[in-house]
This record gives sequence, structure tokens and C-alpha cells, in this order.
Amino acid sequence: MKRIAIAAAVSLLTAACNRGILDPVGPIGAQEKQILINSTAIMLAIIIPTMIATVAFAWWFRRGNAKATYRPDWEYSGAIEMVVWAIPALTILLLGGITWIASHDLDPAKPLKSNVPPLKVEVVSLDWKWLFIYPDQGIATVNQLVIPAGTPVQFRLTSATVWNSFFVPQMGTMIYTMPRMTTRLNLQADRQGEYNGLSSHFSGDGFPGMQFKVQALPADQFAMWAQGARGQGVPLDGRGYAELSKPSSYVKPITYGAVAPGLFDAIVSGRAPANPVPPPLHNPPAPPAGA
Amino acid sequence: MFGRLTWDAIPFHEPIPLITSLVVLIAVGAITFWVWRKGWWPYLWNEYITSTDHKKIGIMYIVMALVMLVRGFADAIMMRAQQSLAIGSSQGYLPPEHYNQIFSAHGTIMIFFVAMPFIIGFMNFVVPLQLGVRDVAFPTLNNVSFWLNASGALLINLSLFIGEFARTGWLGFPPLSEKAFSPGVGVDYYLVALQISGVGTVLTGVNFVTTILKIRAPGMSYLRMPVFCWTALASNLLIIAAFPVLTVVLAELMLDRYLGFHFFTNDGGGNSMLYMNLIWVWGHPEVYILVLPAFGIYSEVASTFSGKPLFGYRSMVFATLAICLISFMVWLHHFFTMGAGGDINAVFGIASMIIGIPTGVKIYNWLFTMYGGRVRFTVPVYYLIGFMLTFVIGGLTGVLLAIPPVDFVVHNSLFLVAHFHQVIIGGVVFALMAGYTYWFPKAFGFTLDERIGKWIFWCWFIGFHLAFMPLYVLGFWGATRRMQHIPDPTWAPWLHVAFVGAAIIGLGIALTVVQLLYSIRTRDQHRDVTGDPWDGRTLEWLTLSPPPHYNFAVLPDVHGEEAYWVRKQTAIKQDQLIEEPDYQPIEMPLNTPTGVIVAFFAAVCGFALIWYIWWLAILGLVGAFGIFVWYAWRDEHEHIIPVEEVRANARERRRIRMEHLHNLSQST
Repeated sequence: MKRIAIAAAVSLLTAACNRGILDPVGPIGAQEKQILINSTAIMLAIIIPTMIATVAFAWWFRRGNAKATYRPDWEYSGAIEMVVWAIPALTILLLGGITWIASHDLDPAKPLKSNVPPLKVEVVSLDWKWLFIYPDQGIATVNQLVIPAGTPVQFRLTSATVWNSFFVPQMGTMIYTMPRMTTRLNLQADRQGEYNGLSSHFSGDGFPGMQFKVQALPADQFAMWAQGARGQGVPLDGRGYAELSKPSSYVKPITYGAVAPGLFDAIVSGRAPANPVPPPLHNPPAPPAGA
Repeated sequence: MFGRLTWDAIPFHEPIPLITSLVVLIAVGAITFWVWRKGWWPYLWNEYITSTDHKKIGIMYIVMALVMLVRGFADAIMMRAQQSLAIGSSQGYLPPEHYNQIFSAHGTIMIFFVAMPFIIGFMNFVVPLQLGVRDVAFPTLNNVSFWLNASGALLINLSLFIGEFARTGWLGFPPLSEKAFSPGVGVDYYLVALQISGVGTVLTGVNFVTTILKIRAPGMSYLRMPVFCWTALASNLLIIAAFPVLTVVLAELMLDRYLGFHFFTNDGGGNSMLYMNLIWVWGHPEVYILVLPAFGIYSEVASTFSGKPLFGYRSMVFATLAICLISFMVWLHHFFTMGAGGDINAVFGIASMIIGIPTGVKIYNWLFTMYGGRVRFTVPVYYLIGFMLTFVIGGLTGVLLAIPPVDFVVHNSLFLVAHFHQVIIGGVVFALMAGYTYWFPKAFGFTLDERIGKWIFWCWFIGFHLAFMPLYVLGFWGATRRMQHIPDPTWAPWLHVAFVGAAIIGLGIALTVVQLLYSIRTRDQHRDVTGDPWDGRTLEWLTLSPPPHYNFAVLPDVHGEEAYWVRKQTAIKQDQLIEEPDYQPIEMPLNTPTGVIVAFFAAVCGFALIWYIWWLAILGLVGAFGIFVWYAWRDEHEHIIPVEEVRANARERRRIRMEHLHNLSQST
């Protein structure tokens, strides 16, 4: 019992190091966290008094409280009506203003302002792993997204299978990946480190194994990594892609030293090797120990 | 001959479904046998199964909802158990293909076969009584609606024993639900069951809108209707407008799956975004179809147990209709993350928040209904206050989700799961439990045990918060929904707390059964002899408990809001009832087996469609249609209750009421 309690306490403490959307590492996530906190505070200012009043009124006007005045016919008050319509209306007016501005500022497709030229990444969700293509570097990775810290990243996303959603909680905004369609997303990590990414839209039996890692490196280290990866290992050509698109889950990171040009657009337009129908996955590969 | 149906469809090699199947089959068999031994089948057949009495149909809906609640809860506790175990290197006890069926079944069952029938059950039981009339507009159709709903429920449960259920979530998004990715029978079970029950629901909507608009007691103008009737009207208008969309979108998916169409496929010009839009055009109003009548129940409870009229009745009616209208203009907030752009997201986000205004007004109106009242802390009031405290937080998280940039980081997460359980459990389920306690004596003539009722409340209230508050936290940490395996071991303690919460809710459900059995055993101590156990204000409390088939010997004459309260106060003041009216014979609709036979053929047709047994599907369809035609040709639709019987019953009722009111006038 004691051991369980200690284990629980330890895991709670370590959990505090990776707090998802409450610990943003880039401008988008930081702004979204701010809006979340501001809006919550605005609403709590109304809700907490309402909750207190609920309990207080019910208790004070309980039957048997001789001190409370019973007003059996009191059913209308213009002044109160005006106030109870005004309170939520004004709150929503304020929040609506925030929403209008923030929805435009934080539109996923809007490029980030920066002096540094953006890195382009093409994202493809497969059954059940993530393919990241770096068109300018001519390389590709699976389940591992390496980016330079402090540089905007321009994503174009699609799916070679069913819908998924690309989400790195600490970087902010998620977006759907949809077959035969392209979505756009702009994110940036300012802090170096390794972050968790996942699919946040259910996509079938191997779905929980669709986790990936984001590594935000200093710009020079990223350039070294990209340089070193180019030409190394297997290329992602037609056959390689057909092999990759077979259903699999909990896939370990792969790096491809070369990518067939135009692969992303071929996937979007349905010209890439057809994605085979996933057979029922009766024995999914177990996640690696300690994953 | 049998299409896709082979012995492989029976889960001989999977112990969990096999054992569940056997237990359920044995239980159903034992109950059937017991009822037969007791000689109760003729009673059930005549009084319930073939009844066109809105009260009996209402009770059948609620019984079905309670049974399905047990099934839906079993799914819930299995999910919570899996997520408590399958963390890090452990895979838990449910493989993905089983876990995915469970969460899909949980959502489908809880919405379509627990919340909906429970709400529709209350509307059936209460609305005609509150309107002061004898039945709904189309009593036979009402029976058919119920049985079609029951067929849907039957097919969903059949998927446990024969074949599999969908593994695509409760809304079955394509392309995952297309044949290319889900070739099995699971999605077909889902589609067919929802289509059949959906027809029943649309018929209910038509029936109730007609009833409320056209059939009311003399003097019951629109602005004299109890708020529950208003919310029922709004809810049924939404059913009529929204359910056809569901029928169409599911039919399109069926065309894709059965006939190779390309509405939502990846190839052939299909577009799955269309499904997302259409399903939510139905799906968002669906939430209000459930919660508006729940608001109606809270309004009745707040006013009755505060001993006051509802504060701001007109404002409440206006708020209800505003919600009814706006709820159709917000569906896009379910997929802000599709990348529609700033303008569209902002407009739908703000429209969603605007619903918060009339909803907030309702909260304040209940608050001021208690103000200046004499609040009796009965079980329904516990639920009312529990609701008001829980629902405002659910509203807060709902508005957060309506802000697109916030939704971008919590969409599809456990935060979302916590939010909608907070509004559905805190809003709808609490209302259902309050209404169940409140109207039970009207239905059966005795009240439910108060003490166990309060235990049940605390189980729901504490269990809910333990089960779902941790999910808000996990949502902030980036935990997404529908995970058969949890990657991050640091989430474990929160998931364990959530499991404990679910178990406490389970205790509450078990206690509900205990409460029912205990109350039946001790019913002689809880008899409601007056027909008005709570000192009510609306017309259902005017008649006896349980009411006669025809509800009222003479339709009540309504003067002003709170029809019954005004009448009761006058009678108390004058210490006499109104003058005895001139009784007339009453025409009431006959019982009919149409509903149960149509539903049987519909279920056969559905089952055959699922398994590609085409000849049987045609047989089922012809059978169902044939029964309708046969019914249309029958000559006698009604039977007459002779005036002597009406008069005798009415005089007995007047004697009881006189005694009751006399006691009341003595006490004041």
C-alpha cells in the first residue's frame, strides 16, 4: 500500500515536467494557453458567485427556516430579469470579441511572423504512423519530427488512409489530416527539447500506437542532422512507400535519405501506390517496454 | 441462403462476449419463464405491449432506458478498467478490436437507447397529463414508435452475440466506416439499428408536436402551458428538423457500403467532410433534444418544491425557443480543427457561445424560483441543486471549447470527454433521476424510498466528479480520447481515480434497483392516496395515482398559468370542489398489436440486411408494410367507456380529493 502511494506521488511529480498544453514551448501554444486562462477567469467571476448563491438561496429558504420570508406569489421582477439577461450577455460579448480576434490571429493556415525563413514539412498520416517529408532537404522520417528551434515550421498535411489529427500538445494547434485533401498548419518551438506528438482523431485498431517524437534542435544542429541524413539509408521511392503504407503500429523512428519527388502531391491526388486494405489487426505489436 | 451468416459469427473463442452472451441469454430466458409461470403474459400483453395508452408507453420507454443503462454502464466500466490497466508496457485485458467496439457501443447506447427513450418516456407520460387531455394525437403510432425504438435496441444487443459491433465511434465517421476500412458487419449493425429506431423517433416528434399544438384542455393557451410542455415542444420540433438529416446521412453511408456509391469514400469523388457536416447538423441539435426537456423537469421540480410559481415563466419560454433555434446554427464547432479559416470558425464559435446566454438565464430563473420559497429538500431537489452546481462548470468548459483557438488544443481530448459527460450526466441524467423520483408516484401510486434515493444521488454526484474531473486534467496534458493503450505512465493515478468514480456511479445504479425493489415491498407505507403527493401545481396532480386510462373524466377547464394550483387554492379557500360536471361516455383508442408486429418484421428485415440475407430482408419489409395496410383496413378503432363507469370513478375521485383538500384547508 505504502509503495503504491509513493509510486503515485513520484509519478505525479514527474508528470509536472510534461504538462501538455499548459507547458507550451512556442508562440502558438503560449497564446492559446493565455486565452484559455483568461476566458476561464472571466467566466469564473460569474460562475463562482452563482454557485454560492445556489447553495445559499436553497439553504436559507429551506422549509422550516422561520427567519426566511415566504413569498408564495413572487414570480416576476423586471429589474432582476434585466440583470439575469445582461450578465450572460455581457460575458459572451466580451468572450465573443476575444474569439473573433483570436480566431483570425491563430488561424492554423496563417504564416508566422519571423525573420527566419520557415522550414517546410509535409505530413502524411498512414495506418498507423506518421510520415514527415522535408521537400527542401530531400529527406523523410517516420514517427520522428526533427525541427530547428526558433524557426517557423510550415506544414502541409494529408492522409493516405482515414482521418487523423496531427497534434503536438506543447506546440499548440492540432489539425485534421484528411485523405485527398490538404490542410495547412504553422507552428514553432522556441525551446529546445523533445516533445510528444500523437494522432488525436481515432483512426482504427492501431490508433494508440500512432505516437511520435518531436525534436527541436538548435538551428545549426538541425542543419547538420539534415545534411547527415541525406543520401543515407534506404530511399523512399514507390516501392518503399508501398511497403511503408502497409498497416503497422508502434513503429520505431525511420529516416529516409532520399524521397521520390512529388510524393506528397501524388498521395493527395491518389496517384501514389494504393493503400492496401488493413487486415483486422488481431495481435497488434506490443508497445516497447517503458514506452 | 444465409448470406454472410456462418457459425464463425458466434464468439466461441472470445471468453468475454461469450460469457456475457450466455449470462444475458440465461437471464432473459429465466425472466420469460418466470413471467410465464406466474401467468403474467396476458396482463403484459394487454396492459403494456399492445397498449395505446401514453402512460403505459411512457413506462415501457423508461424500463427500456433503465435496462440499456445497465448495458451502457457495463461498457463504461470496462473502458475505465482497460485504461487503468493498459498503461506503459502493459496491454490490459481488451485487444483493440474489442475495446473499439466497447467505446462505440457505449456512446451509441447511452445516447440513442438510454437518454432518448428516457426523455421520450417522460414526454409520453407527462405531456398529455399536463395538457389536461386523454392521449396523444396518434396513439397507435405512438405504440409503433416505441417498438421500432426497441427493435433498434435489440439489434445493437444482438451484435454482442452474433458478429460484432462497429469499431468506429458512436458517430461512425467515414472513411473509417466505409467498406474499405471496416469490411465487417459492425458498422452495418450500427447503421441499421439507428435507421430503424430513427424512424420511431421521427414519428414520436410528429406525434408530440401535433399533440401540443392541437390538443390541449379548454383554456390551456400556449402561455399557460407548463414549462415542461414547452420544452417538450421545442425538443420535438428539433426531432422533426434534425432526425431526417440523420436518416439521410446514414442512408448515404449505407448506399456506399451496400451498393458501392461514393458519397464519402476516398475515391470516386467522395468527400468525407460532407458526412462530418451532416452528422453534426443532426448531432448538435440532438444534445438539445435531450437537455431541453431536462430543463423542463428542473423547472417543474424547482417550482413545486419551492412552493412558488416558476420565476420568469415568459423569459423561460423565450429562452427555450431561442436555444431551439440557435442550436441549429452551431454544428461546425464540432470540427474547428478541419481548417475552415478564421471567419467561419469565429462565426460558429460566437454562435455557440450565444446559446450560453439563454441557458444562463435559465440558471438564474431557477435560482430566483428558490428565492422567497419554502424549499423542501426532497430527492428531486438534491438533483436540482447538484445539477445547478455541476452544469455551470460544464457550461464553462463548453464555452472554452467554443473558442476556436482553445478548441485547437483540447479538441478530441479527454477534456472534451469530461465536458460532454458533465453536461449530459450533470444536465440530463440528473434530470432523469429527478423526474423518475418525481413522477414515480403518479405512475404507480406509491413513492420511492427517500433515504435510498439520497444515497443514489450522492453516488451519482460524487462518482461523477471523481470519474470526470481527472479527465479534465489529463486533457490538459494532451491525452486524447479512444485510446486502447495509454502511452504515458504518469497518467496512471488520474485514470485510477476515474475508475473509482465510475465504480461509485455503478453503485448508484445498483442502488436504483435496490430502491425499486425495496419501495415495491414497502409500498403500503408509501401509498399516494391523494394523487398529489408533492403539493403539485400542474394538471397531472389533479387526477388520481395511477390515473385512469382516460386521465380525466371531464377535461379540466384552465384559468391562468398553473392550472391545477389555481384550482386547488380556490377549492381550499371555499372548502369545496367545483360543481360536479355532466359526465359523458368516453371514446378511447383500442389496444393494437400493430406496433410489436411491425417492429418484429423491421428487426427481421434489419438483421437480414446486416447479414446480406436478401430474401429474408424482403420478407421482413413486406411483413412490416403488410401489417400497416392490414391495420389501415380495420373498422373499429375505439371503444366506449360507459358513462356509469366514468361517473362512478369520478365520484370516488372527488370524494378522495375533497377529503384531501379539506385536510389541507384545515392545516392552513
